[in-house]
Amino acid sequence: MTDSGNPAPAPHGPAGEPPCPGCLDPSRRRFLTRLSIAAGTLAAAVVAIPSVAFLLGIRRTPRLWRDVGGVDQFPLGTTVQVAFADPSPLPWSGVTAQTAAWLRRTGDAEFIAFSVNCTHLGCPIRWLADANLFMCPCHGGVFYANGTVASGPPPRPLNQYPVRVAQGRVEILASPTPITTS
Amino acid sequence: MRKAWNWFDDLTGISAMLRPLLFHPVPKARKAAWLYVLGSATLIVFLVQIVTGIALSSAYVASAGQAYATLLFISSSKFGAIVRGIHYFGASAMIILIGIHAIRVYLMASYKYPRQMNWLSGVVLLFLTLGMAFTGQLLRWDQNGFWSSVVAAEQAGRSPGIGNWLGHFILAGDTAGGATLSRFYAAHVFFIPALIFLFLGLHLYLVIHNGISEPPKAGRPVDPRTYRVWYKELLARDGEPFWPNAAWRDAVFGCLVVLVIVGLAIAIGPEPLGRAPDPTLIGASPKPDWYLLWYYALLSVIPRWSEDAVIILAPLIFALLLIFLPFVAGRGERHPLRRPWSLVIVAAIVITIYHYGRMGASAPWSPRLEAQPLPAAVVGTTTGPVAAGAKLFYDKGCEFCHTIDGYGGIRGPDLSDAGDRMTAEQITTRIYSGAANMPSYRGNMSDTDLAKLIAFLESRHKIPVTAVPAPVKP
Repeated sequence: MTDSGNPAPAPHGPAGEPPCPGCLDPSRRRFLTRLSIAAGTLAAAVVAIPSVAFLLGIRRTPRLWRDVGGVDQFPLGTTVQVAFADPSPLPWSGVTAQTAAWLRRTGDAEFIAFSVNCTHLGCPIRWLADANLFMCPCHGGVFYANGTVASGPPPRPLNQYPVRVAQGRVEILASPTPITTS
Repeated sequence: MRKAWNWFDDLTGISAMLRPLLFHPVPKARKAAWLYVLGSATLIVFLVQIVTGIALSSAYVASAGQAYATLLFISSSKFGAIVRGIHYFGASAMIILIGIHAIRVYLMASYKYPRQMNWLSGVVLLFLTLGMAFTGQLLRWDQNGFWSSVVAAEQAGRSPGIGNWLGHFILAGDTAGGATLSRFYAAHVFFIPALIFLFLGLHLYLVIHNGISEPPKAGRPVDPRTYRVWYKELLARDGEPFWPNAAWRDAVFGCLVVLVIVGLAIAIGPEPLGRAPDPTLIGASPKPDWYLLWYYALLSVIPRWSEDAVIILAPLIFALLLIFLPFVAGRGERHPLRRPWSLVIVAAIVITIYHYGRMGASAPWSPRLEAQPLPAAVVGTTTGPVAAGAKLFYDKGCEFCHTIDGYGGIRGPDLSDAGDRMTAEQITTRIYSGAANMPSYRGNMSDTDLAKLIAFLESRHKIPVTAVPAPVKP
């Protein structure tokens, strides 16, 4: 602050502006500016933190065994589509609570369950029984019966769900939608 | 009436506020004047989207289990169907108009000093509009909508490091289901529109603040040191008030655009709904709406090793190029003939989008899983190994990718004349060894089946054998 020559200088305005009678003294001015900004930031933060935390929070679901039918329903060696419910469906999920899998009986009490999601971009693959292949309608990915890539763009074999047989029933471990990462 | 207005104006000061906006001087654009209507037309269509969007939201229920039923309800009402149609064609119009607007600004180099911020806010608006298009397509919560959310999550999953988290963040949980649609609805209706309002406000403010760019002239480069003074003189010498001298063109063109949108909505109607979003109906073949088809196609034709990079990096690099453009080329010549590269770049982008868009529409890489067994007329016989081979051609999935006389898919080569082109040995090799886009059938087909299939394929000729006259003996 420059000296204006007056014995009792009037408080200065913002830097470079002439002194103004109504202006506050610089340190008080600085304090009130900082106080206002801090008050606004605090108010914004206490609203933003829970909102953003809620938005970013991913609903984790438990992994649950889902009954998909009796063992005898599935002839040996055939691959069929089974549907089962999401591990923890929301009351408004409706049909989207369902998940599908391709289930094949490979032995007396042995099963394999493939995710229907193509490992390329997640489209629903179909089982072609006569050809013994899984085929994806989106970009033409093809998988062999054991889930390995036969041709096309999929970067890795089909994902599998754990399956078990308990008291004559086939159960699939309902799990998160598999996402292929780079 | 006048008295009432004066009273209102005195209390609100509204004319003092609007006057400078309405009558701000703009350079006379003369022959190029109609090129200046694209931005305002985009804005007008955005308003159409707001009005129809609000109308739709009054009946749409953003619930994964019920959205589909509410869409059926909306579409079953006469005006509901029209409003959905307007919103659908409005979305398409907005994409087209914002695209042409961006191309116009780029070709005329209106992004140069002092309008770099105009360009940057416009780039943000372009990407926000694409975001609206994608999320909006998904709210049409049929099979396509449901699987689009899965595909979006899978694409995000390719991001390095955070892929798995990001993918599940998009799904709003471990699985695609109840929470997923609500998330996209919030993005489409609140989050992205709020950002659009913000950047639109900035964009329009900057149009007034920096003034609308004058049509470029070859040999008149932009010099940041003198431009503002020169522009002010230009307005004083050769300007005219925006209202109504220039604004009438915006009004007329905007009205035409709206009439076309509403006309299409009435004549064609909204995009038909697919089947219910039931993840267990495996028949789905998800495909994006036309404006993203080119990207879908691009992902199918790029070499496989580049996929991770292209899915994430290509849009990022494109965005960075758009962002750096006004800083790298903020001065100098504006006329496209003095910037021939700009013409080449625009042509390349337009051709790429057009070409891959068309390719995406026919999706030659997709197997035709809906193909039916070959009719007897095509096979030529109903008995013997040839007929059995034709059945195998369908059963083994060959027909989903290979065409015979117009039946079947187009992913692989047309086999209508396989008998002319390949020997039995060559066919066997191909069936056994497969290829990048063809599965190997080794271990998947018995020798007798293979013999039948080859008998069938060897019977495929361009000109039916029976039609060839028997050679005359000398």
